[in-house]
Amino acid sequence: MALTGLFLYIFLIEHLIANLLLLNNDNGEAYTIYAEVLGSAYNIPLRIIEFGLFFFLLYHATNGTRLWITNRNAKGIHYFVNRASENSTFFSRFMIQSGSVIFIFLVIHLRSFFVHYRLETPDDTMYQGVVKAFENPLYSWFYIIAMILLAFHLVHAFQSAFQTLGLRHNKYTPFIKSFGVIFSILICAGFALIPVYFLYINNTGGH
Amino acid sequence: MKLDSKIPAGNLAEKWSNQKFNYKLVNPANKRKYEIIVVGTGLAGAAAAASLAELGYKVKAFCYQDSPRRAHSIAAQGGINAAKNYQNDGDSVFRLFYDTVKGGDYRSREANVYRLAEVSSNIIDQCVAQGVPFAREYGGLLDNRSFGGAQVSRTFYARGETGQQLLLGAYSAMMRQVGLGNVEIFPRSDVQDIVVIDGRARGIVLRDMVSGKIESYIADAVILATGGYANVFYLSTNAKGCNATAIWRAHKKGALFANPCFTQIHPTCIPVSGSYQSKLTLMSESLRNDGRIWVPKDPNDKRPPNEIPESERDYFLERKYPSFGNLVPRDVASRNAKEMIDDGKGVGLTGKAVYLDFAEAIQRLGKDSITEKYGNLFEMYEQITNEDPYKVPMRIYPASHYTMGGLWVDYNLMTTIPGLFALGECNFSDHGANRLGASALMQGLADGYFIISYCIGDYLAQSKKDKLTTDAPEFKQAEKDVSDKINRLLNVNGSKTVDELHRELGMVMWDYVGMSRNAEGLTKAKKMIKDIREDFWKNVKIIGTNEEINQSLEKAARVADFLELGELIAEDALQRMESCGGHFREESQTEENEAKRDDENFSHVAAWQYNGADKPEVLHKEQLQFEFVKPSQRSYK
Amino acid sequence: MALLNLHLKVWRQKNNEDEGRFVDYNIQDISTEMSILEMLDVLNEKLIKEGQEPVAFEHDCREGICGCCGIFINGRAHGPLKRITTCQLYMRHFKDGETIVLEPWRAKGFPVLKDLMVDRSAFDRIIAAGGFVAVNTGGAPDANAVPIPKHNLEKALDAAECIGCGACVAACKNASAMLFVSAKVSHLVRLPQGKPEREKRVFAMLNQMEKEGFGSCTNTEACSAECPKGISMDVIAQLRREYFRASVRQEKE
Repeated sequence: MALTGLFLYIFLIEHLIANLLLLNNDNGEAYTIYAEVLGSAYNIPLRIIEFGLFFFLLYHATNGTRLWITNRNAKGIHYFVNRASENSTFFSRFMIQSGSVIFIFLVIHLRSFFVHYRLETPDDTMYQGVVKAFENPLYSWFYIIAMILLAFHLVHAFQSAFQTLGLRHNKYTPFIKSFGVIFSILICAGFALIPVYFLYINNTGGH
Repeated sequence: MKLDSKIPAGNLAEKWSNQKFNYKLVNPANKRKYEIIVVGTGLAGAAAAASLAELGYKVKAFCYQDSPRRAHSIAAQGGINAAKNYQNDGDSVFRLFYDTVKGGDYRSREANVYRLAEVSSNIIDQCVAQGVPFAREYGGLLDNRSFGGAQVSRTFYARGETGQQLLLGAYSAMMRQVGLGNVEIFPRSDVQDIVVIDGRARGIVLRDMVSGKIESYIADAVILATGGYANVFYLSTNAKGCNATAIWRAHKKGALFANPCFTQIHPTCIPVSGSYQSKLTLMSESLRNDGRIWVPKDPNDKRPPNEIPESERDYFLERKYPSFGNLVPRDVASRNAKEMIDDGKGVGLTGKAVYLDFAEAIQRLGKDSITEKYGNLFEMYEQITNEDPYKVPMRIYPASHYTMGGLWVDYNLMTTIPGLFALGECNFSDHGANRLGASALMQGLADGYFIISYCIGDYLAQSKKDKLTTDAPEFKQAEKDVSDKINRLLNVNGSKTVDELHRELGMVMWDYVGMSRNAEGLTKAKKMIKDIREDFWKNVKIIGTNEEINQSLEKAARVADFLELGELIAEDALQRMESCGGHFREESQTEENEAKRDDENFSHVAAWQYNGADKPEVLHKEQLQFEFVKPSQRSYK
Repeated sequence: MALLNLHLKVWRQKNNEDEGRFVDYNIQDISTEMSILEMLDVLNEKLIKEGQEPVAFEHDCREGICGCCGIFINGRAHGPLKRITTCQLYMRHFKDGETIVLEPWRAKGFPVLKDLMVDRSAFDRIIAAGGFVAVNTGGAPDANAVPIPKHNLEKALDAAECIGCGACVAACKNASAMLFVSAKVSHLVRLPQGKPEREKRVFAMLNQMEKEGFGSCTNTEACSAECPKGISMDVIAQLRREYFRASVRQEKE
């Protein structure tokens, strides 16, 4: 979980940087170039990474679910009163829930962007698709909520990955913990900025 | 009956080596044909089970707790003595031997004590090899602290949890043998009887504490390592489950019980706060290094301690024992506290406590230095009493802590029943009339790791293998006796709970057979104990059945035995008309009210023989010879 | 000292086969100076006198070191305070009129035996699988033969303080015994005496833990927060490192 998780982290960073191109007030020029480079069928290394990405994602999700099931069984009966908030963070206890919502989000997200622009024959550019999608408040808000849950997920995930890898020391662990929180929130805030931007700030871009 | 201690001839330092050479051996290939039962999995029991299994014997280990790791050895705080002389301060095997015999007020066997001192060094080596994390200096070598009754630093320790670390060492050694299939463990087993066939101990009968089944186990030898009987006082520093049932059953089957009246009272415990009190918590003796013990001079002075001026305080230990002051031995400190309380000068809500004051030490050394030394003890005290000992003096009171008496054993740790061995606190052998701090752990591990493995081989090599099974009539009879007793208990259906009756017994024991004893009180106590015993069998109320987990039934069976043992303690105390160690007879004191030994008449081990229900026990005496240490009167003035 | 009147909600279960249920009790005049186990003693005395079956609960030393006691009190393992066992919890930490809910440890690896008692023998089997240094009695070198740096020693002792009470498993939403296993692995591997078997030990103990039906660690850190001895998450990280190290180094048998 830790290794796949950290890999997905790297992907998120890359994805965010690309997404921020959307905010460049150039009517999507930069973003379109990026999308084309990324989508080029001849970019073999990228295709390999992409394949790995899907594999890791699926592994992360299925293994997470498997763990959740075995761990639930290991607990058996649950307590009548359980003040878990006194001994652990909210985020750490709800990884499967936040993860599941993110997974559903990803399915929809991939359907509207990846499947449409890469596997089908689109009649618009990806930039136009983004703008169009975010004009729909329902879609935008779903996106924002998913990002909030992603933040929940990442806040625990970041430091947990280091712990799982045995990288814990009183010298650097406090740094990892606080860095993880700030970093995770920044990433998700960055993503959420896109729908907010198109919904409330620049809602004329595509027309 | 002639008591033969079987002490080997020769010079003190050669006795054990000679004896080991003279012991018969069991052929390595034959060892696995012998089965050994070990009852109790504390330091002595777990160490014995591990060492014997390592030699190749098949061992079955029994304990009443849910896991062998919980035995009460785990609660020992201070440390373990060993004559390593790592501190270069003049320690030696002879000095440890000497201190132990003197500390025991010359009522222990020289040869046994010398052997204990001799193997003490091996214990430390063994434990370190197992991964016991004893405290170390920055250079990586072992650290020592000093303890009462010694002028050298020979105590090895692991924070305030030495007992825990040693027990986990012995436990893990035993669990390793469990994994290898040489030891089988039987937790939640309440041993109810010892089975003797043709004069030899051959097995046990127990109650499975989960199913209630009465089960028999057969072996070629039986080892008891069941700890002490301080719970006869109801309130003690022992764990709630500590009991005398196995040794008492063994006693009834013919094992002599030695020096039952030698019980130790520890002076620094947290006092009782009410009638619901279920146990007493000990605080390390080391507190007396810096704390000053006092009571108000005026019994009617009910002011808070900090408002009582210096001039109206009585630092009674410093006043009476100017050279040792607050550091007098355990028995002296305890007895003096009791005296003050009997005079009405006790403090706190119950009036059953004296102050242990750190104000002066905090002023002299600074709060930080006190925290460093005693921080965890102060925390523990505050957790229990809700008082901050940095600001308000602690209240302390003595509590029953350890029992030096136990089953009589010869030099080979065998009781008067052949094939029945007693190890650790449950035998009587090494501490005489008083045990020194940090010596209990040493004895348990010495017996378990380094002594029993030799003795038992000698016994087994001379005993014939036979084809007996637990179908033998002796087992069936014992099973029936156990079942009958349980049914009897369940059928009384009276009106008093087991704890109520146990508390009544404890009260009598504490008042008349406690720190200070006299003929009148002891005679009275014997009668009172008998009355409580009768009341118990008429009035005890136990809910539920045998065929389930039934904690009241477990307790009842134990208290029934305490009610018999209590009377023997009183009888032994009555017969020993001298004061020595933890046994203080008011009739035998010096002009300055100090304990006065009577070597002419009482330099012996009093070993009692069971003589049938409600009949007086028969006293046998083993005369003690002091060839190497000259008995002298203790003085702490 | 004050007196409390309390309402108790206690899990009652006759034996392992019984389904179990909560039973409510009211109890009066409980001194704030009592420990919670003494409060249960008082309740039991009362129940016995009334002809009802007393509540079974595990306890022995009553000074926080044997590891016997363990009740899930008001939603917390060993109750609302940190770094204590159940027997060290005093009634002054409750309010008059308060409801106290008492439940047994919950984990597949700890089947309930009766009321508040569970079977923790799985811990013994984990230790038997590898939680030791394989040395026989006799023949040990002098205790000072191998110096041990004080820092390592102190760290080993921090981990060795585990009392095996099972609060870590009880508090963990996954019923993982990772803190228990790691504490032993960490204790032994920090000492030179424990190093020869380090690879074997970590595999053996983890395998046994899984066999016993405990869950896996998802780093919620609840175990460490509820551990009466305050054993740190450091030991789990150390177990992870040991595991990786052993995976790389151990030769096939």
